[in-house]
Amino acid sequence: MAGSLVLLSVVLITIYFREPVGGGLHGVQSGGATVLRPFEVGAERVARPFRDAYGWFAGVLHAKSENGRLRKEVDAYSALATRNANAVQQNAQLKSLLKYVSAPQFPKNFDPVATDVISRPPAELAQQVGIAAGSSSGIRINDPVVNADGLVGKVTQVASHGAEVTLLTDPDLMATAVDLRTQATGLVGNGQGRGTLILDRVSKSDDVKAGDLIVTQGWHYKELSSIFPAGIPVGVVTSASVNDTDLYWQVQVSPRVHFGSSLQSVLVLVPKSRPH
Amino acid sequence: MRLLVEPAKVGVLVFVAAILQVSIFSTLQILGGAPDVVLLTLVGIALLRGSIYGACAGFFAGLLIDTANLGTLGVTSLLLTIAGYWIGRYGETTGRDRAHAPFVSVAVATILVQFGALFLHYMLGDPVSARVVLLDALPAKVGLNLLLTLPVYALTRWVLGLGTAPEGATEVQLLG
Repeated sequence: MAGSLVLLSVVLITIYFREPVGGGLHGVQSGGATVLRPFEVGAERVARPFRDAYGWFAGVLHAKSENGRLRKEVDAYSALATRNANAVQQNAQLKSLLKYVSAPQFPKNFDPVATDVISRPPAELAQQVGIAAGSSSGIRINDPVVNADGLVGKVTQVASHGAEVTLLTDPDLMATAVDLRTQATGLVGNGQGRGTLILDRVSKSDDVKAGDLIVTQGWHYKELSSIFPAGIPVGVVTSASVNDTDLYWQVQVSPRVHFGSSLQSVLVLVPKSRPH
Repeated sequence: MRLLVEPAKVGVLVFVAAILQVSIFSTLQILGGAPDVVLLTLVGIALLRGSIYGACAGFFAGLLIDTANLGTLGVTSLLLTIAGYWIGRYGETTGRDRAHAPFVSVAVATILVQFGALFLHYMLGDPVSARVVLLDALPAKVGLNLLLTLPVYALTRWVLGLGTAPEGATEVQLLG
């Protein structure tokens, strides 16, 4: 009996691994995930008050030290916001004069689908989470996923009422990113430490320093464009170093998004006009 | 009647544990690890009902988890089927009527399942870090699982005993 179940498990792994994403077993799994979804949502809703209470107490403990730092940041950002407002107005005028054709802009070219995070495999084995919205909400594979803090990841599997999101902390996921201060470009991806990121492939001739904000770069070339639109905050540079033997900067980035248990809801960016 | 009631109770237990695991307990990262209530429930079922129930419950639990997480179907089933069978055999033989059996089973099964998961994910080409799985997460996971062993085992025992007199695992007579 047990031997048969082991054999059946191996057969399932083999078929699932070898068949395409739209294969029969994937379809059965998608249907099963749809059936399980209400139970997951229910369990998540029951647990949410307790999780919120824990988050409230933990937040109070850190609030005092965070308050002083945030006040300084608010002062700095207020001044920056004023300068940015002028720059945006000037930018719009110049673009209209040039008849400039820009790449899809975040967030105006996207319809955000707000959804709960309803499942997650063990974090040490996989950097994916399950969300409660799927193809019935217009979500497709490779749609970018964000939250209020910044870039979360992208959709990697879709069922009719659920989807799998691969987080930016997954070693297989990288995004083109840019230093907002200096426009130095690179690839942001999983770092050495748990929950940290690196900005790789930043040329030595560019300038990067601790405290710089990193955002997605976004690009398009003829019919092709990047998965992630430009301007989504990714994180803040915590250290940047370079030595004679390296070709590129070694840049450590602290992500703005908390990828742990506090990641309870996300926005999937569904393009308003999807290329066919 | 008992032939139908027993599997139904085991099925409900496993289903509830799997749903709670994927939607709540996996998010509880404490000291780098998260408790595994599916494994704890499986230990209870296997020790109280034997190796066949353990293997079947493990297979069913694995299917539910892989389906809910949209993971590779069969991976968790394979690990939990073997774990459930082994724990059941332990309960039927040397672990029978031993008070420490649930704790020993949980500790050993947690470590072996974690090693097995690392191996399977590595074989399937998934990006996994042995340092994260074995050094960062495993000690905390073992500790948390051991902390929860008693309440989950007691709850499993209570649910399995509902409506029927509690029954130990089938005794195996060692020959020779």
